[in-house]
Amino acid sequence: MIGIVSYGTYIPRYRIKAEEIARIWGEDGDVISRGLGIIQKSVPSLDEDTATIAVEAAREAVQRVKIDTTKIGAVYVGSESHPYVVKPTATIVGEALGIGNEYFAADLEFACKAGTAGMQNCIAMAKAGVIEYGLAIGADTSQGAPGDPLEYSASAGGAAYLIGSKDVIAEVEAMYSFTSDTPDFWRKEGQPYPSHGGRFTGTPAYFRHVTSAAKLIMERTGLNASDFKYAVFHQPNGKFPARAAKMLGFSSEQIKQGLIVPYIGNTYSGSSLLGLAAVLDVVKPDERILLISFGSGAGSDAFVIRATKAIEDLERNPKVWDKIKGGVYIDYGLYLKFRRKIKVR
Amino acid sequence: MLPRFWRKIKYRYDLVGTKCKNCGNSYYPPRNLCPVCRRKSDIAEMKFSGRGEVISYSVVHEAPEDLKAQKPYVVALIKLEEGPVITSQLVCDPENVRTGMRVKKAFRKYGEEGEAGIIYYGTKFVPDE
Ligand SMILES: [Zn+2]
Repeated sequence: MIGIVSYGTYIPRYRIKAEEIARIWGEDGDVISRGLGIIQKSVPSLDEDTATIAVEAAREAVQRVKIDTTKIGAVYVGSESHPYVVKPTATIVGEALGIGNEYFAADLEFACKAGTAGMQNCIAMAKAGVIEYGLAIGADTSQGAPGDPLEYSASAGGAAYLIGSKDVIAEVEAMYSFTSDTPDFWRKEGQPYPSHGGRFTGTPAYFRHVTSAAKLIMERTGLNASDFKYAVFHQPNGKFPARAAKMLGFSSEQIKQGLIVPYIGNTYSGSSLLGLAAVLDVVKPDERILLISFGSGAGSDAFVIRATKAIEDLERNPKVWDKIKGGVYIDYGLYLKFRRKIKVR
Repeated sequence: MLPRFWRKIKYRYDLVGTKCKNCGNSYYPPRNLCPVCRRKSDIAEMKFSGRGEVISYSVVHEAPEDLKAQKPYVVALIKLEEGPVITSQLVCDPENVRTGMRVKKAFRKYGEEGEAGIIYYGTKFVPDE
C-alpha cells in the first residue's frame, strides 16, 4: 500500500485584512471580501521565505512519526517563489532535516500545482521500490503587484507530505492529471510580479482543468461524489472551489473542512495541500478524500485518498485550523516592509 | 565568508552539537574536547531537541545595517533542555518576552549578502507556550 505516512504544515503568523488593502486603493473592502470570498491573508516576516516554510513543514511531518531521516530517499519542493532562480530549495531542506547525501532532489515549478507534482513523483518512486520514503513539499511566498486584484489573495504557507509504503495513514488509491497549454497566468525571468489573463483565468483555465481532472479520476475509479466524505480543490479565492464543487455535485459540507482560503489567502503551491492537511486532521479510517490541485499554464492533478486505521495513532496536533486562528494583524505599511516592497538600505 | 559559512551549515541549520560520553555533558556549538574530562574526553555528535527556556534577554534597538529592518528585536540567552546555554535571536514581540519563557527552535533567514549574494539560513527561536 502506497500513500501518506505523515504530513506537516507551516503558516506564517502575520495576517492582513482585505479591508486594510482596500483602504489603500480606495476600494470597498466589504465588496471585495464578498466578491473574492477572502477576509484576510497570511504574510511572511522578513526572515521567512519558501525555504524556511518548506523546512518547518517538513520538520513537523518527520517529527510526527519520528523516523530516521536518512531513510528519506527523495525531496521535491514545488513552488513559484523559490528563493533562488538558480540553486535548489530542496538541498536546503535535505540539509536542515539531516537526510545525508544519498537522496534524489529537485525543485519543481508548475504555478500552484508543483507541490502535488512532487507528490506524484514520490508515489511513483515508492511504488517502484526506488525509495523507502519521499518528501513532497508545496510552499510559496507569492506576491501580487501593489493595486493588482492578486494583492488581496497572494499569501504564504506550505505543507509537506512524507510518502511511503509502511505505516500508511492515508492510501493514495488513484492519481491522474489533466494538462493543456493555456497561458492564463505567467511570470517571465526578472519580473517581480506575475501577469494574468484577468477573466480568462476562470472558465478555460481553472474550471476546465479542475472539473476535467475530477471527472477523469471519478470515471476511472468508478466513484461518485457521494463516495467521498471530503473534497479539496485548489483555492485561488473562496469562490472558485465552491463553484467547482457545485459543478461536480459536491455539497458545501464536503468542502468546508478543507476550505482555508478565506482566512489565509491563496498560498499557491501550498493551497490544496494545506486544505488536504486540514482534512487529514479530522478524517476517520476508511473515509475518502478527493484532492484536485490546479496550476496555471495549465493543469490539474487529481488524487483519490482513503484514510487507514493507522491515522488514529498519528499525532495530528497542532491542527491546521489552530494555526489559521493564531494570527497577528498588521497594517498596510508594515505589510509593505515585510514584503520588501519598500527598499530598506 | 562563503566557505566559512558552508563548513558550519550543519550546525547552523539544526542544533547539532556534541556530547561527552565520559561525563555526560553536552555542548553547543560543538566541541572536539570536553573541558571537564580533557584527555579522557569521549566526544560524539548529538542533535538537541530544540526546546529550551529563556534565562536572560535584551531588546536590540541599535541594529547592525543588515538587521535594521527587523528592529527592535530580541536576543536571548537560552538554556536548552539538555543543558547548554546559547545566545540566539528570539522571534517574539519585545513586549511579550520574559525570563522563564519556553521556546523552541525555528528555521529562519539570518540575512543575505546583498541583492545578488547568497542567502544565509540558520536556527533561531520562537515562543513555545
Ligand atoms: Zn566530559
